[in-house]
Amino acid sequence: MPSDPPSHPPSHPLEARHVLEFPGGYTRSTGPVIGRFLTELRDRRIVGVRTAGARVLVPPLEYDPDTGEAVTGEYVEVGPAGTVQAWAWVSAPRPAHPLDRPFAWATIRLDGADTALVHAVDAGGPKAMRPGMRVRPRWRDRTSGTITDIECFVPEVTMITAPIRTEYRVRPGAALTRFLERIGDGVLLGGRCAGCDQVYVPYRTSCPACGALIEEEREVADTGTVTTFAINNLPDPRAPEVPFVSAYILLDGADIPMIALVGGIPAHEVRQGMRVRAVWVPPEERTMSMADIRWFAPTGEPDADLSAGTPGGGA
Amino acid sequence: MGERCAVIGVGQTRYTTKRLDVSIAGLVREAAQRALDDAGLTFADIDAVVVGKAPDLFEGVMMPEAYLADALGGAGKPVMRVHTAGSVGGSTALVGASLIQGGVHDRVLVVAFEKQSESNATWALSTHLPFGASLVVGAGGYFAPHIREYMRRSGAPDHIGALVAVKDRRNALKNPYAHLRIPGIDRAMVESTPMLWEPIRYLETCPSSDGACAIVLASEKAVTGTPAWIHGAAMRSEPLARAGRETVSPQAGKDCAADVYRQAGISDPRRDIDVAEVYVPFSWYEPMWLENLGFAPENEGWKLTEAGSTALDGDIPWNPSGGVLSSNPIGASGLIRFAEAALQVRGMAGEHQVEGAATALGHAYGGGAQFFAMWIVSNRKP
Ligand SMILES: [Zn+2]
Repeated sequence: MPSDPPSHPPSHPLEARHVLEFPGGYTRSTGPVIGRFLTELRDRRIVGVRTAGARVLVPPLEYDPDTGEAVTGEYVEVGPAGTVQAWAWVSAPRPAHPLDRPFAWATIRLDGADTALVHAVDAGGPKAMRPGMRVRPRWRDRTSGTITDIECFVPEVTMITAPIRTEYRVRPGAALTRFLERIGDGVLLGGRCAGCDQVYVPYRTSCPACGALIEEEREVADTGTVTTFAINNLPDPRAPEVPFVSAYILLDGADIPMIALVGGIPAHEVRQGMRVRAVWVPPEERTMSMADIRWFAPTGEPDADLSAGTPGGGA
Repeated sequence: MGERCAVIGVGQTRYTTKRLDVSIAGLVREAAQRALDDAGLTFADIDAVVVGKAPDLFEGVMMPEAYLADALGGAGKPVMRVHTAGSVGGSTALVGASLIQGGVHDRVLVVAFEKQSESNATWALSTHLPFGASLVVGAGGYFAPHIREYMRRSGAPDHIGALVAVKDRRNALKNPYAHLRIPGIDRAMVESTPMLWEPIRYLETCPSSDGACAIVLASEKAVTGTPAWIHGAAMRSEPLARAGRETVSPQAGKDCAADVYRQAGISDPRRDIDVAEVYVPFSWYEPMWLENLGFAPENEGWKLTEAGSTALDGDIPWNPSGGVLSSNPIGASGLIRFAEAALQVRGMAGEHQVEGAATALGHAYGGGAQFFAMWIVSNRKP
């Protein structure tokens, strides 16, 4: 191409753009071996050629590069899958690169071949690349008999995701509804099994020990004793901020502890036997759920003596 | 107990964080084929298949036994599934054994698995219904308070949990199927790891594993190869929310042990049993179960651990395979205990073989320590 005319404003008075490009492009006579390879490629097949030493060269050559002797003329279909041997990640592709997004240049040994060819691998990110990874060609819609008839190689399918979702409408049963109504009033409702003389909280209508119907409602206090607890340090988006204390709290008047959050005190100062009281959210903010109790906070009373044997102690 | 029944084949996969190279069907087939090879049998020799695994929510495959029936050679045969939470592997073995003890079948294939890498067990165990308060805690958060209560009652020194964590991981180095391999693990390393659910440290908790375990059970006339004879088999459960429930040493565990010992004629487990594979997913559960299972008096289980009695060279080795602390494909973890007990009395435990083991206990527990499954196996015919 001709040099830019000097009238074109250069960025420096003595700098000019200069392009060498043979009009129409150079030709390349392929010869019989490369020609066969490219012809097969146009038909979406990949072939190699066998050497006298029985090795399969891909891409094929007219000669054995190890010995200089002519190849046999026997063509072998290989691939289309292959194995990555080595790779280099291209994080900023250039205009002439085969992909407009980050990709890997890789040496790929196709199944049935004894040599590797170089091609692009569209793997998403460098963490997906590793020697030994299995890849397959992604063909262009139109092929013309060039190596870019293969747009790139892509990883084999080794993992699928199964989006599974079930959605329920949950309506509490009669017992839980009754319990939550009273929670809205700032009251913890239990039920007493007449047969066992045990008070269960939350309120329930059947006794898990004897199976009898629980008919007697019994309000229990919103104060109680921490029988035991865990300090949770593993963050979870659905849980309170760590560290948080999940405790078994035996409410005064109940015979079974309930699990609840302890707050208003540093986690490492919580003790077995500590006396606590429910901290309720203001009545106008209540939602008739356990969230109406913010947490249980220390009352400041002396600790209960657990060795004396708290009913339901140790949960 | 009905007809005699023996374990004649055991197959395991190498437990690991992610078995990305196999499907769920491929995973269970790997274990099943190894168990059949061990017994010198093929799928055609099997009368019935029993499948066990933990909640379907772990892999998101509903009723996996239906999907796996033909993968396990179950076409045209009875296939059933067992589910008792973490104890399921043990329960699955016992259901399989009952089909032979009841005289229904001669050869039963028992397979249990979990492919934990397909999701996240803590997520699956913490799906909170509306109206409650969200205290996502997973299994560790659930059991930590009971461990704390054990420590308070027994007065056990703080380092006992670390001793178990070290012992089981050292044993795991001798087991080619074990998941966690931590050469050079010692008490200082365990104690340097963070508290996940205080009082449980990171290295005092079990891993998340992919894996499957299979056993072949046979009636007396169908025995091939080297049998491990079942001398006792028992399951117990109890309600989670019962006033006065003892959660440190649950009554169901005591009752289950008493039943299985009575069947096997065991009066002193520490003396009469040579080796035990016991479900210990958090290190402190070794001393807790030593007491629950009658190997030590109440509040003194930790003394056996501290004295090294439960080590591979101790007088009553516990978990020579490395236990749940070293490999935990949850649904399979109980069956691995039962299978390892059988391997020990068959003399086929390899590097972690307890010399001369003749009688072994396999144990599993699950849920909120409310399901128990146990068996006693021996190299002697009952
Ligand atoms: Zn009752």
